[in-house]
Amino acid sequence: MRAFKTFTGIAVPLDRSNVDTDAIIPKEYLKSIKRTGFGENLFDSWRYLNENDSSRKKKTNRKANPNFILNKSPYDKAEILLARENFGCGSSREHAVWALSDFGFKAVLAPSFGDIFYSNSFKNGFLPVRLQAKEIDVLFNSSQSFPGFKLTINLKDQIVETQDNKNFRFSIEPNLKTRLLEGLDDIAVTLKYSDTIRKYEKNRSQLVPWLFKEI
Amino acid sequence: MKTLYDKLWEDHVVYNFDDDTSLIYIDRHLIHEVTSAQAFEGLRLANRKPWRINTNLAVPDHNVPTKNREIIDDPISRIQLETLDKNCKHTGITKFDMFDPRQGIVHVIGPEQGASLPGMTIVCGDSHTSTNGALGALAFGIGTSDVEHVLATQCLVLRKDKNMLINIGGVMEKGISAKDIILAIIGKIGTAGATGYAIEFAGEVIRSLSIEGRMTICNMSIEAGSRVGLVAVDKKTLDYVHGRPYSPKDNWSKAINFWQELKSDNDAKFDKVIEIDVSRIEPQVTWGTSPEMVISVNDSIPDPSETKDIIKREGYKNALNYMNLKPGMKFNQIKIDKVFIGSCTNSRIGDLRDAASIIEGKKVSKNIKLAMVVPGSGLIKRQAEDEGLAKIFIDSGFEWRDPGCSMCLGMNPDQLQSGERCASTSNRNFEGRQGPGGMTHLASPSMAAAAAIAGHFIDIRDL
Repeated sequence: MRAFKTFTGIAVPLDRSNVDTDAIIPKEYLKSIKRTGFGENLFDSWRYLNENDSSRKKKTNRKANPNFILNKSPYDKAEILLARENFGCGSSREHAVWALSDFGFKAVLAPSFGDIFYSNSFKNGFLPVRLQAKEIDVLFNSSQSFPGFKLTINLKDQIVETQDNKNFRFSIEPNLKTRLLEGLDDIAVTLKYSDTIRKYEKNRSQLVPWLFKEI
Repeated sequence: MKTLYDKLWEDHVVYNFDDDTSLIYIDRHLIHEVTSAQAFEGLRLANRKPWRINTNLAVPDHNVPTKNREIIDDPISRIQLETLDKNCKHTGITKFDMFDPRQGIVHVIGPEQGASLPGMTIVCGDSHTSTNGALGALAFGIGTSDVEHVLATQCLVLRKDKNMLINIGGVMEKGISAKDIILAIIGKIGTAGATGYAIEFAGEVIRSLSIEGRMTICNMSIEAGSRVGLVAVDKKTLDYVHGRPYSPKDNWSKAINFWQELKSDNDAKFDKVIEIDVSRIEPQVTWGTSPEMVISVNDSIPDPSETKDIIKREGYKNALNYMNLKPGMKFNQIKIDKVFIGSCTNSRIGDLRDAASIIEGKKVSKNIKLAMVVPGSGLIKRQAEDEGLAKIFIDSGFEWRDPGCSMCLGMNPDQLQSGERCASTSNRNFEGRQGPGGMTHLASPSMAAAAAIAGHFIDIRDL
């Protein structure tokens, strides 16, 4: 996994609460067996005026919805998504994070997140930042009033800095921070504990042998 | 002093890291076609092998057609199904294929086969894995990276959730079901009400419910924000588990001794306690595009201007706009186009019995374009046919389909068309969930069945 570095990017405000992962990437686009290519269908039903041809017999010419903020310049080049409470609730589909990343987003800032979405983000070098609702309000105001408004996200110091020099400190679980900063391969880290896992299995299979019956 | 969640957690700690996280052992991994392909690919690319092949169980459910499944028109669906097949063959993981009578929705077949047992940790790349918690198991949904992690290590690195107790008391009126209870709870605490908590559902009403009813409640924990829903083990749990194909046989008495301890201690401390009195619950329905937008069937559509919270008000306005509804409309006068009885929430035999008892001898309303029943598994389908339920549905004008996730999310051909309104026993009413532009009203199986006959929702207590 790639490491998360301090970066500066344009913020785009998505002014809706409870944005669910079905809205982030609708089920029509979950059929790919790859991790890439989902950006085209990020927020699909809000971003386009016409639906895709579901029979997939021909490529549909999609019409962008001019009123949707991600279709407006300079927001279409945004790398930081501003969102409202409970962003990423619903389904566990990691495709939601893949779609945001593939579109070009590197971080999402919101007062709160769906649990599974939050956890999935860190496995893809994508940073979900929790800020106070009133801090998010300030960022919404700035990015709505000044399209192209930039933020800098410094994960190491846990600070979001605005282009007009406001600073917002955020909290983050220490293990998740380390994982992102170092771009660790989670599985390789866990496999260092292989002997401990085997020992657990040995003890456990004596205590509760029925859990080790083969399927 | 320990909650059920504390006990299940501690039993599965392999190692405690010094940063508040633990390495947690996973006893059972259930796999379906949508969230697993990239995980298997990841394993292959890193040249890793599954840690414990024979504790995984795979089944295709999201993409499978519910009729004529020999032919899968959508080439991309077909590739996803074939990929699961290849991955299972390649690794040696047991898989029930589409034509196996044991095939069904992953959260239905786990308990049905005894693959999900009390005291286990159970994961699956699907947020409704919490369904299995009804058996006193620690069960939760994970993303694809974690699917790969479990395949490779049989463990996950997790931070422990807080403990929430939802105590459900009172007397359920006739016609009120587990679905009404969980919808009422979500309406009360909201879709983020239990985020960061593991919920234990308890109280006299939970004790009185069947295991299937408990599954319906645990299933929708995620719609209240929680990954984990739990119910303590009691005699009903043991009776349910007994004699299932993968249930313990030689160790049965040892197992039940172990399982009987799977309950919270009397003096256990919960971080949050919520009391629910079901005596006041009327049949529940959703009117909007979030599972917390719940009202009683006899209520009117709410007026956003009466909501003080500005963000919530905007959410209500968006929902009304999408759902093509106006404040003040009587809910029970809104006409519906389709009826879907199925999903991991409500597709078990008890759900089908409830629905069939409402429609027996009656005909589906003329304004309903399609009313369909999709049993949760091939075995449930067969049982319903043996009990005569299938005939009741077919005689009434319902389509009787093969098992799968179907129109809960419409990854297969079962979808709403744009502008169609559906009475659905599923778990999510998000925009476009059942098909782009489709409108979903969640309800219990009895309520959906009654809506099929009337052409609009009615209060089943009036029948």
